[in-house]
Amino acid sequence: MDFELLTQYGDRFWDGTLISLKLVLMSSILGLLIALPMALARSSHHRRYWIPAYSYIYFFRGTPLLIQLFIIYYGLGQFEAITNSFLWPVLSDAEWCGLIGMTLNTAAYTAEILRGGIRAVPRGEIEAAKAYGMSWWLLQRRIVLPRALRIAWPAYGNEVILLLKGSALVSTIAVWDLMGETRSIFSRTYALEIFVYAAIIYFLLTFLLTRVFNQIEKRINRYLVSY
Amino acid sequence: MFENLSYGDLGFGDELIAGTLLTLELAVVSLVVGIILGLITAAAKLSRNRIYKSLAQVYTEVVRGIPEMLVVLVVFFGASALLQTIAGWFDYDEYIEVNAFVAGVFALGLVFGAFSSEVFRGAFLAVPKGQIEAAKACGMSNWQVFRRIRLPQMWRFAIPGIGNLWMVLLKDTSLISIIALDELLRWSKVAAETTKEPFTFYIAAAIIYLLLTILSDIARNYFETRANRGVVNG
Repeated sequence: MDFELLTQYGDRFWDGTLISLKLVLMSSILGLLIALPMALARSSHHRRYWIPAYSYIYFFRGTPLLIQLFIIYYGLGQFEAITNSFLWPVLSDAEWCGLIGMTLNTAAYTAEILRGGIRAVPRGEIEAAKAYGMSWWLLQRRIVLPRALRIAWPAYGNEVILLLKGSALVSTIAVWDLMGETRSIFSRTYALEIFVYAAIIYFLLTFLLTRVFNQIEKRINRYLVSY
Repeated sequence: MFENLSYGDLGFGDELIAGTLLTLELAVVSLVVGIILGLITAAAKLSRNRIYKSLAQVYTEVVRGIPEMLVVLVVFFGASALLQTIAGWFDYDEYIEVNAFVAGVFALGLVFGAFSSEVFRGAFLAVPKGQIEAAKACGMSNWQVFRRIRLPQMWRFAIPGIGNLWMVLLKDTSLISIIALDELLRWSKVAAETTKEPFTFYIAAAIIYLLLTILSDIARNYFETRANRGVVNG
């Protein structure tokens, strides 16, 4: 192995890693914010709520992220109404499109995970809250959502790991994330170890993320007494 | 806007269909390779041999920790470098390009194998111990126990997980367009660039993927009901 390549391209690996992390961090937070109301809508019994939520989730889970990114980055430029609008500076920028695509995608998966969490909230807790006279909104905010998030946390951790791995796809729309840098360095050097370095970095990132999620899981569940 | 999607020389409809068929072919062949790899890996994980166990563990952890796209690139360029080296021993120096379909099957099979090994391992352990003991008490050999008791029931526990992985695999086939296999997404890209109508063609590709997902959902439900037909609820 030739470590010269690592010193020569170390900066670019570092820059790419930062962009990947930034994209994952921002899209997971934004995605979670979209997913919370969406999960509530998906769990609703009213058609006007669950049908739109269900369709959104089905579309984003049923098509590849790669195509979603292509639709946003390449596809939207087909319409003059969009290229002439104030949105164009954002929608013509690869990194923004990457962020939008990843956010919309993870929101769908996260909503589905949260729905599972919502369904698993013990019935008795909801009845107790109702007996206290809580309104629907207060009930969701104080009981259902916090409980659902705790129940769904491990699955949500998996989703963020998948998001990190999926983030590599933004390199196809010319974002200089870790994968983008890797591919560009490889096309210049044709040295296979470039992929090995990238693999090690991704592996470390997934490992770190897993640890972070496990720590948070312990913390948010610390009130639960284990027998 | 729609004439570009028509069938025949004028539009890209027939190319999209050809791409879809190749996508399906790629997915099915990768599924078979992936299931075989997954079963072998699961067997290694359940074995008492420490070396097999750790090898299987390393394989699963590595594949699960790195992006699928990286696996695809490593397999594609790695295989061609490997062949080049071997060819070099025989004084052959021309550039060798690996067939994109074969590389794609390998890459997707590797990913599927890593994830499915966990599903199979779980399914294997989910068969109640009492049944195994009963079978042994009836005088069945280990192989008979596996074939008559374990395998048919494992299937039942494995279907939901394998179904999910199939959906992931189906969508991951789009990654193989990166190494220029003429599957659905690659044709959509060609069509988008030729006609300057990217939205039309990427949406068309998305809709085709959606249809494949819906069909897979129906198939999975059928297989699940069928596999559970002998189970009495309650």
